[in-house]
Amino acid sequence: MKYAFSFLAVIALILIAWLGSQIPGMPYLFGVALPYLAMIIFLGGCVYKVVQWAKSPVPFPIQTTCGQGKSLDFIKHNRLEAPSTNGEVVARMFLEVVTFRSLFRNTKSEIHEGPYITYESSKWLWCFALIFHYSFFSIVVRHLRLFLDPVPAWIGWWEFVDGLFEVGAPTWYISDVGLVVGCLLLFSRRLITRHVRYISLVNDYFPLVLIFAVAVTGILMRFFLRADIDIVNIKQLTVGLVTLSPVIGAKIGAIFYIHVFLVCVLIAYFPFSKLMHFAGVFLSPTRNLRNDSRAVRHINPWNPKILPHSYAGYEDEFREFMVNADIPVEKELTPSKDE
Amino acid sequence: MDIPVAFKAGNYAYPAKKEKVEYLNSQSGLSFPNAREWSPEDEDWKLPAGWQDIILRGLKERLEKFRSLKIFMDCCVRCGACADKCHFFLGTGDPKNMPVLRAELLRSVYRNDFTLAGKILGRMAGAREMTVGVLKEWFMYSYQCTECRRCSVFCPYGIDTAEVTMMIRELLHLVGVGINWILEPVSNSNRTGNHMGLQPHTFKNNVEFLVDDVENLTGVRPNVSFNRKGAEVLFITPSADVFAEPGLYTAMGYLILFEAIGLDYTWSTYASEGGNFGLFTSNETMKKLNAKMYAEAKRLGVKYIIGGECGHMWRVVHQYMDTMNGPADFLEVPKSPITGTVFSNAASTKMVHISEFTADLIKHGKLKLDKSRNSHLKATYHDSCNPARAMGLMDEPRYILDHVVDWVEMPENTIREQTFCCGSGTGLNTDEIMELRMRSGLPRANAVKYVRDKHGVNMLSCVCAIDRATLTSLMNYWNPDVGVCGISELVGNALVLEGETRGELDEGLRTLL
Repeated sequence: MKYAFSFLAVIALILIAWLGSQIPGMPYLFGVALPYLAMIIFLGGCVYKVVQWAKSPVPFPIQTTCGQGKSLDFIKHNRLEAPSTNGEVVARMFLEVVTFRSLFRNTKSEIHEGPYITYESSKWLWCFALIFHYSFFSIVVRHLRLFLDPVPAWIGWWEFVDGLFEVGAPTWYISDVGLVVGCLLLFSRRLITRHVRYISLVNDYFPLVLIFAVAVTGILMRFFLRADIDIVNIKQLTVGLVTLSPVIGAKIGAIFYIHVFLVCVLIAYFPFSKLMHFAGVFLSPTRNLRNDSRAVRHINPWNPKILPHSYAGYEDEFREFMVNADIPVEKELTPSKDE
Repeated sequence: MDIPVAFKAGNYAYPAKKEKVEYLNSQSGLSFPNAREWSPEDEDWKLPAGWQDIILRGLKERLEKFRSLKIFMDCCVRCGACADKCHFFLGTGDPKNMPVLRAELLRSVYRNDFTLAGKILGRMAGAREMTVGVLKEWFMYSYQCTECRRCSVFCPYGIDTAEVTMMIRELLHLVGVGINWILEPVSNSNRTGNHMGLQPHTFKNNVEFLVDDVENLTGVRPNVSFNRKGAEVLFITPSADVFAEPGLYTAMGYLILFEAIGLDYTWSTYASEGGNFGLFTSNETMKKLNAKMYAEAKRLGVKYIIGGECGHMWRVVHQYMDTMNGPADFLEVPKSPITGTVFSNAASTKMVHISEFTADLIKHGKLKLDKSRNSHLKATYHDSCNPARAMGLMDEPRYILDHVVDWVEMPENTIREQTFCCGSGTGLNTDEIMELRMRSGLPRANAVKYVRDKHGVNMLSCVCAIDRATLTSLMNYWNPDVGVCGISELVGNALVLEGETRGELDEGLRTLL
C-alpha cells in the first residue's frame, strides 16, 4: 500500500507534465515558472531548515566515542573515532560524509537455537548507498554542462571518466546505470528485508520512486526519445534560466517537460523531507564534537541555576548521628535545654 | 505502530510512589507535578487536565533547547542499520524496540504538530496525534531502552536513541509518569547523599566493615577518613560499592590500592554517591544531584576528585558535570602524587577515573603486583556502555587486566564501542521486570557464554556498579558458573602490601576466613 501510493503519485505527476505541457502556452509554466518556483522553495527551504536547526543550541557535549579516547601517554588514542582536536573532528566527519563510515561498520545479527546470537559483517546497505549517492552526485555534476556557457573543461573530463566503458552510442554513463540500479536495490531492500519493510513509510518509498522516474525519463530522453529533443534548444532554455532571461525557442518534446517537472517536484519536496539528511549529518552532535569535555569546558547557554540540597541542610538533619559516629561536623551539637 | 500496548504484571516497572514524587517536587529547582497513586494496568492514568498541551509545549521547549532533538527528529531515513543493534530488540523481538521505531514513537507526534508535511498529509506522512495510547507507548518503550548508545555507533547520522529516550522520559515526568526504581534513588540521593539512602553513620559503618575485612584477610588495616578537610583527594564511588556484593569487593580493592600508595584522601558522606539517577530522569535532576560533588570538594578544600568504577556516573562526569556545575576553578589539575603524572585530559573537570589513575601507577611500576593471586580466575572484560561510548575509556582497564589477571576478550562485535549493555541500565535493574532484563541481557550473556565454553572463563570483570549488580543476576540465569567483579577487586587482590601477613586466599578477597 505504502509503495503503491508512491507509484501512483509519481504516475500522476508524469501525466500532469505530459498532458499539461501539450497545452499551448503551458511550456512556459513547466519550463520556466515551475523550475524557478521549485528552486526558490529548495534554496529557501534548505536555508530555513538549517537556520532552524542552528538556532537550537547544543547544551551538552554528547559525542559518541567509537574508539579509545585521548588519555594517558601510553594508551593509544584513536584519533578518528574519539577525536580530541578540531582537525580530528574534520577528519572524522569527512570520512563519515564521503565514505559512509558508520554504515561500513554494519553487522547482521541472527538468533539461532540455543539460543545463541551471531554477528556478521553486512556491507550491502553501505554498498547500495554508495552506488546511489555517488551516481546521483555525478549526474548533478554532469548537468552543470547545461547551465554553464562556456562549459568548463573539467566537466568534460568528469564525463569522460563517467563514460569510461564507452558502451553504446551515445555513450552510457556509469552513473546513469548506477542511479537506476541504486534505486532498484534500495527499493527492493525496503520490500525484502523484513524489519526494514516494517519501518518504511510513504516518506521513504516516494523519494525513491521519484528519483527513479527522474533517472528513467532522463535516460529515455538521451537514448530513446530523441525526436523532439534539440539539445541546442534546451541549452538555450537552461542557460536562459540561469541568466534570468529564459527563452523557449522551437518546440521541445513532452519527455523533457516530464523530466524537468519531476526534478522540480523533487527539489521542492527536499527541504520538507528526510532528504535533508544531506545537511543534517554535518550538524549531528554525536559526530561533530570533540571528545575533550573533561579538558575543556563546554558552555550551555541556558544552564539553569539549580543548587544541590545543601551540606548545611544535610548536616542539620543528621548532625547527631554524625557526631556520635565521629564524623567531623561544621556546627557542634547544641546541648539540649534539660541537661 | 497501531497495535496498542498492554501492560501486565512483569512487563512494566512500578510507578513512582506518591510521597517520593511529592518530596522531589518540593525541592528547589525541580518540578515533579501530579503526584498520585496510579498503575499502568489501569485504563485511566489520572493525567492532569490539558495534558496534551503540557506534552506538546514541553516538546516545543525541548526542540528549542536541544539541537540534537531537532536533528534526530528530522534526519532519520529509516535505513534500518540500527534495528538489530539493540539488545532489547534482539532479546524481545518486539519491533517497537528497534531504535528507529522507538524514535518514531516521538517522531510521529513531532511530525503531526511541528512539520509542514505532517500537518498537510497527516498519517500519510507518518504523523500521529498525541493520544493516551501514544503516551502509554512512550512509557512502555522509553523504559525498555537503557540509553546504552550502541545504535548511535551504527547510525550514519549518529542519531542517538539515548537522547530520544531521555526526552520522552522528561516529557512523561511533566504529566507525572515515572517509575519508582528511579525516583526513589533520586530522592534518597538528594536527601542522604546516596541512592541507597545510607545515612552518614551507616555509610561510615559500611566502609569500616570493609576495612575490617581487609585487615582480616591481609593483616593490614587500611587508613580511612570521612568528610576530612584538607585531604588532597576526594574519592567518590557509587554507593552500591559499599552496600552489597560483589561491589563490596571492588570497594575493598580501592581501600587496598589507596593504602598501598599512601594516598591522602577522604570519603564523603554528603557526596557519597557517584552514580546519578538524575541522568535517567531529567537534565535538571541530574544537575541537582551532581552539584554535590563540586560543592563537597570545595567545602573540604581538596585538590581534585578521583571517581570509582561506574558507568553512567562517568557519562555524567565526562559529558555533563563541567558544563552543568563548573567551572571548578577552586580545584587543581589532577596530578598523581605518586608518579607526578598530570591528567591533562581532566584539566577542566579535575576528576580522574580510577582506571586511569591505576593504569598510570602500574605503568610507572609503583604497584607490586602478584598476578598469581588471581590464578583461580580466568577473566573476560565487559566494556560498560557509558565509559566505552561516551568517554572512550577502553584500553586503561585492559592495561590493568594485563597486569593482574589471566584474561581473554569476548567476540569482537560485542566489545569496545560495540559492547552490549547488561540490559538493566538507566534504572531498569528492578526485580519486577526480571524476564525483560534477562531477555535484554541475552546478547551480553551470550558473548560471555562463548568465552566460557571456549576458554573456561569464570569471571566477568567490568567498571560499572550497575553492571556488578545486574550482570550477577544475568550470569546466574544464563551462565551460572561465571562470577562478576570490578577491575579494582582484581587489582586489590593482586597487590602486595607492605607488612602484610596474608595467607593463602583461595578465592582472593572473597575468601571466607
